[in-house]
Amino acid sequence: MEPRRDPRGALVRPYAVTRGRTEPLQNIALEAVLSSTATQSAEARFAGHDKYRISSVCEGRAQSLAEIAAYTRMPLGVTRVLVADMVAEGLLTLHSAAPATGFAARMNLLGRVLSGLREL
Amino acid sequence: MDFANYDPDGASRGREIISAKIVVAGGFGVGKTTLVGAISEIQPLTTEALMTAAGVGIDDSSKVPGKETTTVAMDFGRITMAEDLILYLFGTPGQTRFWFMWDEIIRGAVGAAVLVDTRRITDAFAPLDYFENRKLPYVVALNRFDDAPHYELEEIREALAISPDVPLVMCDARHRESVKQVLVTVVEHAMLRLQAEHGYPASVG
Repeated sequence: MEPRRDPRGALVRPYAVTRGRTEPLQNIALEAVLSSTATQSAEARFAGHDKYRISSVCEGRAQSLAEIAAYTRMPLGVTRVLVADMVAEGLLTLHSAAPATGFAARMNLLGRVLSGLREL
Repeated sequence: MDFANYDPDGASRGREIISAKIVVAGGFGVGKTTLVGAISEIQPLTTEALMTAAGVGIDDSSKVPGKETTTVAMDFGRITMAEDLILYLFGTPGQTRFWFMWDEIIRGAVGAAVLVDTRRITDAFAPLDYFENRKLPYVVALNRFDDAPHYELEEIREALAISPDVPLVMCDARHRESVKQVLVTVVEHAMLRLQAEHGYPASVG
């Protein structure tokens, strides 16, 4: 998909920004983590108000899709469409797109979570 | 921008950050958000999903005339365990009619804790059935309320018809140490289940 720059930015309300699309380019999990580098964030300035807000939330601290929706006060579905677009446009980096699958990977993840909890 | 070789945060690039989630379920007012708040490093946040009463299964709800928009809210918290590992705690929406949201919340989850209030024990039936049905590992945590009648754990197990292999623990959702113990139990149980499914003898290191 071609990267799209929306010059109308802040004049467009959140639902209009997705152009009525309710299906995201990829179905990002609630807890999937996204981050933005300073370079990506600078790029996002030209991507419209809502995308820039999303970018700002993720700069310097990786945030889950759920956190982005909460901090920007946008409904989850709208946030997911915008975030998936931004990943496709290279404005955000998506981490852990899929949960660990396979026995060894899953056990390793659970083991790390367990020791992380015990150390709290 | 013409900083082709300038990437101040480049060092953090390429390091995958893994996230995991644990689901906290239970009836309305049972203390889900209290539990999340007791251990989360951030004030519990709320994410809202919009749906229309008639819109379930319909992609574009704007085409539905006379729609009633409902907001489904879920609270969640975060524990950053390492630079590359974050644990999220998701509370399920109180109303069990929003199953579509539950499906999204449990996808890929480590496991769940079902919080039970002994004054309204039947509130736990729906989440218990749901997790049982979806094969998500879960533990049952009795949230201690000062004015609640006291029951022995085994009485509760019987009342809820929980199988003997499901861990049942007492907790105080206001206290971090207690909540931590509940979450440790969830993860240990999930590991045992996973090992059992793969034919390994039960042991968690």
